[in-house]
Amino acid sequence: MEFLTRPWPWYVTGPIIGLTVPALLLLGNKKLGVSSTLRQICAATLPGKIPFLNYDWKKDQWNLFFVAGILIGGFMGGILFANPAPVAISQGTAQLLNAQGINDLSGLLPNELFNWKTLFSAKGFFLMVVGGFMVGFGTRYARGCTSGHGITGLAALQWPSLLATMSFFLGGIVISNFVLPIILSL
Amino acid sequence: MLGVLFGFALTKGEAVSWFRIQEMFHFESFHMYGIFMTAIPCAALALTFIRKMNLRSMDGEPIVIPTKVYHHGIIIGSLIFGFGWALTGACPGPLYAQIGGGYLVTIVTFTAALFGTWTYAKFQRHFPD
Repeated sequence: MEFLTRPWPWYVTGPIIGLTVPALLLLGNKKLGVSSTLRQICAATLPGKIPFLNYDWKKDQWNLFFVAGILIGGFMGGILFANPAPVAISQGTAQLLNAQGINDLSGLLPNELFNWKTLFSAKGFFLMVVGGFMVGFGTRYARGCTSGHGITGLAALQWPSLLATMSFFLGGIVISNFVLPIILSL
Repeated sequence: MLGVLFGFALTKGEAVSWFRIQEMFHFESFHMYGIFMTAIPCAALALTFIRKMNLRSMDGEPIVIPTKVYHHGIIIGSLIFGFGWALTGACPGPLYAQIGGGYLVTIVTFTAALFGTWTYAKFQRHFPD
């Protein structure tokens, strides 16, 4: 039981994530890639005759079951077997976030920022709406995200995936270090 | 089932944690890098094994190792995705896990991501490919 509630070290989570790639291939020639499901859901629900969304999304239905699984996994890890203690991030990051007004380090996301009230402020709008939009837009433009490029692509030694991974890390570093402090001070 | 395990491992490994993502982008801890640096070699070794042994999938088909082709979106799109990752603390996998983890407000983040994907699809021909 303790193993379930305690956070897992990187050397437990890493191999499970990595071995998901061959497991999906062996089970049915399926490629691990989560951002494709955003395209699928768009194709299935959103209107407009768009060539990019006009494809046989039902063929990859397994992926929707896969992400439904992630949602259930998130429920198990975040609620059912939630870690009761605040996240054990480094002293440096904790101090930095404190200085930026984030004091509650419990849960998966800062409760002070990710709530319905903040959503309707400039801060929340940038963090959730603009941020979410960029995740959906960027991953589709790049044809892959952390799982498709960062894990699958790199493991298959695809050099475009290396470029993609370097680019999204660069983007994240710039925002996290230079732009996020400004947004948090809004 | 595999999705459940994947999501559970992501959540327990705190890879869906906004805090861990900020820490990673500040190079303040090995944790997230440790996840990548074990996940990628594990996957790579398994792929090499599959290739060497000419393994087949359970339906008996030869296994196709995924390939990726370069286009400009690899760089431009990924940069934009990186911006979003740092703000939301979520790449697409964790988007689902965060909702499942009880942060219902991240349904908004998720919906915005859907809209982002739709916007790309709608105006695709205007972006350099």
